[in-house]
Parts: sequence; structure tokens; C-alpha cells
Amino acid sequence: MLRRILFWLALALVIFYFAFPLYWIVISSFKTIADVTRATPAMLPFVDFQQTLANYSSILLGTNIESETGVQAAASLGEFRERLLNSVIISGISTALAVGMGTLAAYAFSRFRIPGEGDLLFFILSTRMLPPVVVLIPIFLFFSNLGLRDSYLGLIILYTSANVPFVVWMMKGFFDEIPLEYEEAAMVDGYSRIEAVWKIVIPEAIPAMAATAVFSAIVAWNEFVLSNLLNRNYASTVPPYLNSIVGVGQVEWGRLAAAAVLFVIPIIVFTFLVRNHLLRGVTFGAVRR
Amino acid sequence: MAEVRFLNVVKRFSTKSGDVLAVDQVNLEVADGEFLVLLGPSGCGKTTTLRMVAGLETATSGDIFIGSRRVNDLAPGERDIAFVFQFYALYPHLSVRDNIAFPLRAQRISREEVDKRVQDVAQRLKIEHILKRRPNRLPSGEQQRVALGRAMVRQPQVFLMDEPLTNLDASLRADMRVELKHLQHELGTTMLYVTHDQTEAMSMSHRIAVMNLGVLQQVGTPLEIYNHPQTLFVALFIGSPPMNMMTCTLSEGRHLQAKVGNLRLTLSSTHRLLSQEREQNVAFGVRSEDVHIQSADRASDVMGTVLVREPLGDETIYQVDVGGESALLVKALPREVFQPGERVGLTIDPERIHLFEAATGKSLLAAAEKAG
Ligand SMILES: Nc1ncnc2c1ncn2[C@@H]1O[C@H](COP(=O)(O)OP(=O)(O)O)[C@@H](O)[C@H]1O
Ligand SMILES: [Mg+2]
Repeated sequence: MLRRILFWLALALVIFYFAFPLYWIVISSFKTIADVTRATPAMLPFVDFQQTLANYSSILLGTNIESETGVQAAASLGEFRERLLNSVIISGISTALAVGMGTLAAYAFSRFRIPGEGDLLFFILSTRMLPPVVVLIPIFLFFSNLGLRDSYLGLIILYTSANVPFVVWMMKGFFDEIPLEYEEAAMVDGYSRIEAVWKIVIPEAIPAMAATAVFSAIVAWNEFVLSNLLNRNYASTVPPYLNSIVGVGQVEWGRLAAAAVLFVIPIIVFTFLVRNHLLRGVTFGAVRR
Repeated sequence: MAEVRFLNVVKRFSTKSGDVLAVDQVNLEVADGEFLVLLGPSGCGKTTTLRMVAGLETATSGDIFIGSRRVNDLAPGERDIAFVFQFYALYPHLSVRDNIAFPLRAQRISREEVDKRVQDVAQRLKIEHILKRRPNRLPSGEQQRVALGRAMVRQPQVFLMDEPLTNLDASLRADMRVELKHLQHELGTTMLYVTHDQTEAMSMSHRIAVMNLGVLQQVGTPLEIYNHPQTLFVALFIGSPPMNMMTCTLSEGRHLQAKVGNLRLTLSSTHRLLSQEREQNVAFGVRSEDVHIQSADRASDVMGTVLVREPLGDETIYQVDVGGESALLVKALPREVFQPGERVGLTIDPERIHLFEAATGKSLLAAAEKAG
């Protein structure tokens, strides 16, 4: 009995620890300026404070927010929506590219004898060991000369190359678990290797691809430093925008919270869409022989 | 239908730790419509041999023919064969029906024809009721049938099967042995079947090819292999309990004599020795059922003491100490009962003994009596 109580208590603590910040952000996004800056924080909507959609309409539609201290400047019309779209485009394309290319490379590493395989795999991984900040200046100069600043292509290239190593390693581990006999059976049955991969291996690999896609998408979605530096005028993504809300004069907590909520929704939706595959994907090695 | 021929086939794998000679100069012909079992211990090169026929491995040298076609350079899909893998390799994301139809979808075959053939095969294998299910949740016996269905559906020239029954439990395996044999007989398709299980080999095959360390030891009907093993390896590998094997010396008196420990046997006139030199170091073998146990007061070839008695129901196995290097195993009818410690006499059927050159393991007896 006591063990059960302790168990539920521990569980509640853990859930509180992880969920409370989210709760905090969500309620803050519905607060007026007065409520969000109150010294004793209001915790319960309807009870402690009167919720408002003003923050959302400001972020999305550029409407002004009235408050006792005066009218707050609205965000320039449509900027958030535009950035959200940019984030979706850049994260989406770079994730698709990283998963596509990484999966093919991983298949080759898993199935063929490649000279220097171990070294190559380590090299691929090693590109992830350097924090991007270290190469910020070279990348900046490089991209300036190539005309890749303020472009979709620039960030797509960067995010794709940042994610490919991760995909290669994840997917190689997964392919290693898929018995070679699957392709061999298909090849004996009259299919080429490409057909065998397409008809048998890829459908088997979809859960793992979904899992790696989620992780890759999160990396690209949340990336701040490179985006902030390279895409200031065109094709800018959301994370620097969140920072800019913090930046101007008084911190507009309500709008910041609303933007943050809108920012995490797409990634949650994406994760939700692939959720059925996720569990099988992250617990790979569960392919039965 | 077609025959399969191996001409001096060699397969060498080069690995980091050096070369592995997996298949060494194999010459073998599987006749059209024959059920040939490739039998040998694990690691002897059976799978490799089979995979070379399928085109999943390339022969290092030598030629492989299916029918009149030399297939060495053909892709697996062009060889018109079906392969049943040890772990079935059923595609988990496809239904049983789609698994079976899969080979047909690679060919230009109309949808109705595909459906009809899948239906026929399913009916024959009694798996119609699971056609809509996914294979990975099925019991292994049904998975096995699905794998067979996928092989049968394309009506190939040759079936290649790699230990397909190993994953079944004992009683199911016995049933499947009978069923597979019957299926192969009905279809008349050439079968090359790999196993390490001698019961499977003996019970199903027309002929057995015994392999060891990549070398083909002997090819023959089950009874030829059992009664006239051509090498020491075959003699020891086939039969249960294993053949009694002792070192002996041969001496010429009026008759050729073999001396084994305390035992002196006169070789029967039907035994023609292959080798002309009289070997000093010879392995002498006799199966447990060719040694007869009797009470000590009867005239016997050798006397001994019972060490262990194992009653198996239909027969009893005795271990008898005859003062040699190891005890002799003797099979007896269950009604003859001797107790451990009891003195007994043993007689050996001289027609049924085996002699092997110790150095090479080759049989010293001419395989004249092919009749079995
Ligand atoms: N791909 C491979 N690379 C290296 N050695 C191999 C390979 N496949 C098989 N071998 C070796 O070849 C020998 C025969 O293997 P195999 O044909 O699988 O034997 P069996 O099927 O009779 O158990 C073994 O020694 C095995 O280790
Ligand atoms: Mg094998």
C-alpha cells in the first residue's frame, strides 16, 4: 500500500516537473498584461484571472493590445505567420532531405562492404561533435560569398547536414536488425535490389524513419543561432522572433507565451501524426527473427 | 522441372581473419524431380552451397547448371528457383495473401491468375483461413506453410530449402516431414534440401549428399549411406546411437583377420579390401544393432560386462565394457534383460562391420554390395 502511494507520489512529482512549465506558458498566453505581470501569479483560468485571446490576435492578426498602462504596439502585421511558414518550409524540407539521404546512406553502410566503413561512420558522427557556434563566422562569410544568406536554401543545407549524421546512425542500427533474408527472398522471387528495398525494406523501416524524422524536425525547428545570424531579412524562422519579443523594452510575456504556444503546436501535431510508428521506431531491435 | 549440376564448385570467403574455404570442389548432380538432401553438421557449407544455386553467393570457381543453363552469371530472379529460408523471411507488413502473391507480382501475370494460383496453393497447404492475417503473429507451423506457399506459387524449376523445419516443435516437424515429402512427390519439382538432422534426411530424401568441412563425403540413397558409409565421418555422423568405433589391426592368416582389443574377428569372404597394403592403423566400426548380446555361457566373439542399461521401450541399449578403449553400445530387444555388472557374451555380425583407414578416413571395404 505504502509502496503504491510512494509510486503515485513520485509519478505526480515527475509529471509536475515536466508539465508545469508548459502549463505556465499556456495560461500566460491567455492573460492580460496586468495578469501576467501580477506579483502573486494567477494560476487558474476563470477563477484567478479573466482569460483573453488578445495575445493570439496580436500575434496572428497584428491587432493592438489595450491595457491600463496604454496601448502596446502590435507586432508588424503578419510577421509571425510568415515566420511560422518559413519554419515549416525549412524544417520540413531539411527533415525530408536528411531522412531520405541518411536512410539511403545507412542502408549502404548496413548492407554493403564499404572500405573504411568504421572510419567513415566515425567521420560522419564527428561532424556533430563541433558546436555550430564555433564555425559561425566561417559559415557567415562562406554564405555571404555564395549568396546563401537570407535564403531558404542556406538554412535547409545547414539543417540537413546537421541531421544527416544522426539519421545515418539511427537508421544503420535499424537496418542491421532487419534480416538480410527479406531482400534476398525478394530478389530470388524476381525483384531487383532496388525493388526489394522499395517494396520490402522501406515499408519495414517506416517506424524508424518516423522516429528519426521527429528528432530531426525538432532540431531544425528549434535552431536559433544560425537562423538568427544568417536569415535576418528574408526566410527568417520563428526562434529569433521569440527572442525579439523579449528584446524590445518591456518584456511582453503574454505575447511571448502565445507565440511560444503557437510555435510548439506544429511539432506536437507532427509527433502525434507519427505516434503509432514512434514507439516501434525508438525501441528498434524489436524486429523478430 | 530441371536437374541441378555442380561442376568443381568452390566457394572461398575472404574475411579479416583470413580466408574460409566454405565449399571445396563439389561435384554433384541432382536429377530432375529428385528430392536430394544435403546433410552435414553446422558450418560444413550446406547453406553456402544452396545460396550459390540461388545466386545469393557467387561461386569462387566452378560451374553451376540448372537444366542446360549455366547460371553462374544470372541474377537470382532469373534462375527460376524458389528459396525457403530457415527463418521464413515472411514480410511482416504484408498479409499472408500478399506474401504468397509476392513472387507472382514480379511477373506479368493477370490479377485473376494471381488470385487463382494463390487460392490453389492456400487450399493445398490448408491455410485459406489465414490469408488475410499478418504472418508475424501466426504460430510457427503456419508461418512455415506460408513460406512453402510462397515457394510453390510460382511453380519454379527447383525448390531450395534451408533447414525449413528447424523452428518447429518435434511433433509438428514429424508431420511436416511427411507432408513435404508428399508435396514434392505430387509436384514432381526438383528439390535441394539442406538439413543437419539425419532423421529428416533419411526419411524424406531420394538421395542424401553428406558434407563435412566443405567437402562432399558421399552421395547415395539413405540405405546406401547407412549401410555402406564411405568415410569415417559418414559412419559416425549417421545413425543413432552412433556407430561403435575402435582402432584395430589387420593381420593375414588363412583369412584376413581384424584384431580389436581382446576381440579377434575373421573377415567374411564378401569383404574385399580396397587397399592392398595391410594397414596397421585401422578404424573398426560396427553399429549397435549389429552386435548381439547374450548370456555369458553361450559361444561368443568376446566377453564383457554390462555397464549401463537404457530401456527405450521398443529396444534396449546396453553399454558393455569389453576391455577396449571405450565401451561398446549394443542394441537389444526389450525382452532380453541383462543387469549392470552382469557378464555377457557379444557376437558381431562379420558381414556388417566397417573398416576405415585411420589416416584418411576412407573406407577400406569396396562398396560392392550396393543393394543395401
Ligand atoms: N558471408 C560469409 N563470410 C565469411 N564466412 C562465411 C560466410 N558465410 C558462411 N561462412 C563460413 O562458411 C562456412 C560454411 O557456412 P554455412 O554454409 O553457413 O554452413 P552450414 O549451412 O552448413 O551450417 C562456415 O565456416 C561459415 O563461417
Ligand atoms: Mg546453414
